[in-house]
Amino acid sequence: MTGTTLPLEDEYAEPTVAGRLAYVGELLWRDKAAILGLVIILLLVIAAVFAPLLAPHDPLAQNLRNTKQPPAWQEGGTWDHVLGTDRLGRDSLSRIIYGARVSITVGFFGAALAATLGMVAGLVAGYLGGWVDNVIMGLVNLLLSIPYLVLVIVVAAILGRSLLNVVLLFGITASPLFARVTRGEVLRIRNSGYVESAQAVGAKTGRILFDHVMPNLIGPLVTLATFEMSAMIFYEAGLGFLGLSVPPHVPSWGNLLAIGRESLLAGMPWLSVYPGLAIAITALGMNLFGDWLRDVLDPRLRRIRR
Amino acid sequence: MQRYLLSRLLQSLLLMAGVLVIVFFLVRLTGDPASLLINRDYANPEQMAQMRAAFGLDKPTHLQFVDYVGRLLRGDLGYSLRFRGPALDVILSGLPITVLLSSLALLLAVAVAVPLGIVGGTSPNSLVDFVARIIGLLGQVTPSFWLALILIWVFAVNLRWLPSFGIDTPRSYVLPAVALSVGGMGQLARLTRSAVLEIRNEDYIRTARSKGLSPRAIAARHVFRNAALALVSVIGVQFTYALSGSVYIETIFAIPGMGWMLNEAIRNRDFVLVQALTIFIASFAIIMNLITDILYAAIDPRIRY
Repeated sequence: MTGTTLPLEDEYAEPTVAGRLAYVGELLWRDKAAILGLVIILLLVIAAVFAPLLAPHDPLAQNLRNTKQPPAWQEGGTWDHVLGTDRLGRDSLSRIIYGARVSITVGFFGAALAATLGMVAGLVAGYLGGWVDNVIMGLVNLLLSIPYLVLVIVVAAILGRSLLNVVLLFGITASPLFARVTRGEVLRIRNSGYVESAQAVGAKTGRILFDHVMPNLIGPLVTLATFEMSAMIFYEAGLGFLGLSVPPHVPSWGNLLAIGRESLLAGMPWLSVYPGLAIAITALGMNLFGDWLRDVLDPRLRRIRR
Repeated sequence: MQRYLLSRLLQSLLLMAGVLVIVFFLVRLTGDPASLLINRDYANPEQMAQMRAAFGLDKPTHLQFVDYVGRLLRGDLGYSLRFRGPALDVILSGLPITVLLSSLALLLAVAVAVPLGIVGGTSPNSLVDFVARIIGLLGQVTPSFWLALILIWVFAVNLRWLPSFGIDTPRSYVLPAVALSVGGMGQLARLTRSAVLEIRNEDYIRTARSKGLSPRAIAARHVFRNAALALVSVIGVQFTYALSGSVYIETIFAIPGMGWMLNEAIRNRDFVLVQALTIFIASFAIIMNLITDILYAAIDPRIRY
């Protein structure tokens, strides 16, 4: 990728960055579901970043004179607490908005860590081959053979409740998926004509990896990372629900649902309904956008599943 | 074929051995397994030392490992403090309940998703296809534990039609099975639809059409058979998926299966049972995978070893 490309007049000209962006924008515009997905993701990120500005109340502030208040449109509800309050008088809507912070943090850093670890392992396995490959892929297959939910529950129980532990947990347990995809791509690219010709003209291994292998990896890995982000947000909520995620005082969607059954029996269904809805809408957004990304970036990835 | 069977069997045994090693080291991840068994904040150093001695945790790690493997080979998974019995007996008492619940959930998922996926794939962009795609998407994005809560609120608390906990009557299984089925239902609907769509574009379908076979005959003889193959390859995975999802569902509905046990064991720091359950469930999944692969090789005439 050294030197500059002259602007050519014919249709085979190297597209400019702006040209590529316009093309991607056009593809996105054609898929309305993907736009919906992107909007949901952006709203979620905004909610997470600007939570202190958006939340009408302090998510931890108790108000014992105003407990168990239903949502505004139900009898006894007020617009001051749109989604009602819990048994300590804390504002539900504010707690859900702050919950986006935990979900986004876990999803983003978990997926980033998993992708990094998995990519390094996959590159090493695929490029070196031999016994290194066997050891790495053996470990990958081993981790993938344990049902994922059971694995994360047990590891979370052993590690204890903290945000860092949850990120590490997902980053490590999801990395085998990335390693497997990376290795597959590396093997495919290695055997392709252009790597052979690069070797023939004397390119070094490092250069081949960075100039030829890495650019081809970005598509499949970004796609997988999008789906994994959504899966991690899902599993984090599940762990919180079981009391194994972030500490109990942190308002995360899973922690909010952890008291779900009791709140139902106490006649406060809104405490279960809306945090769960937040999880479902988030997962919907990431899946819609992920489906589009997959189709645009890498149609071959369709068969990857947990 | 025999060579394939043998190599798959060996591979599975190797994986199981790997699981044993991983679980052994997982429990020692924090450095001191005794701190998992007893809350450090409430126990004095002597009690911790007693705990270590009682569980053989004061020995060197490699001797502990030899002990651990030796006991496992004799079928001894340890003693569950929470349930006051051998861990294996405890697990075996929960196994039939979890298998029944997971099978019901999987059956329900197949019964809804497969017909929808087939119709959706055969006539893309029709109304049924739209429904199939919506169900596929909703199944993927709805957390089962949340759906379980909603079902309890609607059908148990408000309508009082179905029980919200326990397994006293057959009706008790309805809500848990429905809640547990959604994830698999979504995946199966998507998978069936895309399998049918893909097969319809194959050369042999065009051949069948050009030789004058009726659409009905093509569907029955070519499309469904090949789609069924794709389904067989994921049923095992789906079953394992339902099996692990039972941790949420059995906990919510207070059903004394393996999933509920895992949660109980974790809450009560019964790490002997946690370890035993992990090994048991992982082995179960590995065996399911093995069976799926063998079944797949047996029924797909294109695969010959």
